[in-house]
Amino acid sequence: MADSIFRKLRDGGEEGELAPALTIEETVVSPFALDVSCYLLANLSSSILAGKSKGLVLVTFSRSPSFYLQFLKQRGIVVSSSSKWIRVLDCYTDPLGWIDQPSTGVTEGPSLVKLNKCVSDLKRLFSSVIDAGREMVGDGKTRFSVAIDSVNELLRHSSMPLVSGLLTDLRSHAQVSSLFWSLNTDLHQEKVTNALEYISTMKANLEPFCPSPDGKRNALENLFLAHQDFGKGRFHVRFKLRKGRVRVMSEEYHVDQTGINLSPISSAESVIAATKSLIPKVHFNLQLSEKERVEKEKVVLPFEHQDHGKSTEIYDGRRTLADGKTEATPLSSGELQADVVSSGKGGEIIYFRDSDDEHPDSDEDPDDDLDI
Amino acid sequence: MDRSVNLLDLALGLDEPSPLRGKVVLIEDCVETSGSFVLHQMMKRVLSPHSSDSLIFLAFARPFSHYDRVLRKLGCNLSTQKTNNRLVFVDMLMMKCSDNESGVAKLFREIQGTVGKLRSVTNSNITVMVDDMSLLEIAATNSNSDHVLDFLHYCHTLTSESNCSLVTLNHEDIYSSMERPAYLLQMVCLADIVIKAEPLASGLANDVHGQLTVVNKGMISSKSGKGSSRNKLQNFQFRIKENGIEYFYPGCSRN
Repeated sequence: MADSIFRKLRDGGEEGELAPALTIEETVVSPFALDVSCYLLANLSSSILAGKSKGLVLVTFSRSPSFYLQFLKQRGIVVSSSSKWIRVLDCYTDPLGWIDQPSTGVTEGPSLVKLNKCVSDLKRLFSSVIDAGREMVGDGKTRFSVAIDSVNELLRHSSMPLVSGLLTDLRSHAQVSSLFWSLNTDLHQEKVTNALEYISTMKANLEPFCPSPDGKRNALENLFLAHQDFGKGRFHVRFKLRKGRVRVMSEEYHVDQTGINLSPISSAESVIAATKSLIPKVHFNLQLSEKERVEKEKVVLPFEHQDHGKSTEIYDGRRTLADGKTEATPLSSGELQADVVSSGKGGEIIYFRDSDDEHPDSDEDPDDDLDI
Repeated sequence: MDRSVNLLDLALGLDEPSPLRGKVVLIEDCVETSGSFVLHQMMKRVLSPHSSDSLIFLAFARPFSHYDRVLRKLGCNLSTQKTNNRLVFVDMLMMKCSDNESGVAKLFREIQGTVGKLRSVTNSNITVMVDDMSLLEIAATNSNSDHVLDFLHYCHTLTSESNCSLVTLNHEDIYSSMERPAYLLQMVCLADIVIKAEPLASGLANDVHGQLTVVNKGMISSKSGKGSSRNKLQNFQFRIKENGIEYFYPGCSRN
């Protein structure tokens, strides 16, 4: 399923259509959008080197460019200053121009990594992305992909409409073949998440096995309640098809040192996992073993419907007149008990109320005999 | 004794070499249970005679004498460490920081300069500690949380560019209004390790002073080789003694 996303990003959109765009949504409890981005980055890079795609502009806000270059190197993709298939726009190191460096704002000249010292100027950012892409593929019809590691910082420094405008402008540009970014939905209002979803053709979200209840106020509490399922969950992808249909696909994810691992959903395991995660973590056993579960299922409860073909009669302790006719020998309990014992059917509770002689709806006031 | 590893050390991965290098640690506490002891424990670890790590401490909450007194009881002499240039103590109570963006920018540049100087003489880990973020917000930014987050972002760049560690303490319960949860969550998202100090659900007790929950998120490893523990969550209780802290699992006998 993740391959479906990657293929759409690699192939890009058709001519005359806006570029496909992917939003990767994470939460405080499932903060693994970086892993998904790195997965897509590695695959896109491999496809570019294999000649199936042309170029990639990586805009970094949450991690340094060296982090991604080191990551790619670890995946066997070596990036050097002479690489012509990738450009990195560094909006991480000095986004507000605090560091004293002799720079006019964006590093001039062709280079692998360009520093951007004014992330709030989105027009300039847009131009920088396009210029970086054209450095790789030229001004013609050849297209390149754009990856933004996180829009959280963008949204801190610029308003939602401006950020939305930037992403739409990138999608609309003739030379941008595809675009993806990540967002932490707990950090923003719902309208921001919705606005970004509107301009996406694909939305991927990471849902932990222990879903949090509504309300961002509980996000922190849920992080500390995640227990053993932290790092696992479901990866949902929503594809918006051209005709208006929506296709949703889901997989299970598990995150480790190497990154995110995706696998088909195992429904039984996920239900059991979700159930297990609700049990508080204590140092004594609250669960049943398999043997105990089997023995428990064998126990016949005393008032359980036995389904022997007879209608169920629930004895409430009072015998009706009808019961008096049908039950021939209710008082001969000894004989009845003997029958029960000889038949070997097991225990039976026989109860005779003291007040059996009274009619249920007697008009007599039981307190009449009190001398008040 | 100093090399003994307790539950907090294990949760932080301190049994591995340089586990906090390049990482951000956030300590959250509340009125009922102060998390300062965690900060003191980490100070002691950083300035341990068995390591050559350095510490840059931004003190907004208390003067040097307070920390000196506390760490002495834990077996660490801060004055000696200052003399040895292993400790750079920045007393923000005495410093006046202008309450706008340029104030925090200047503060960051000073920290960056100090890191550069230390890095020129040692390749060991450099830890930047802030006690505490809420007071930084008041003193340096006039309660502008955006400036605080900008400052944190720039400190985060030190963890990747200069391979430093960043440890901050923040009070979770002073941001109770609906408008502020995102600010807390931003800090949680930035952190690789979150340590939450809170009281027991059953209330005060003589022999158990609270519980710690440590979430070690880690991140995808961009470096080859052994990786530290990732996506681990641990919960245990603690008791603050005169000259140390005892950590134990609920219901277990303490050593």
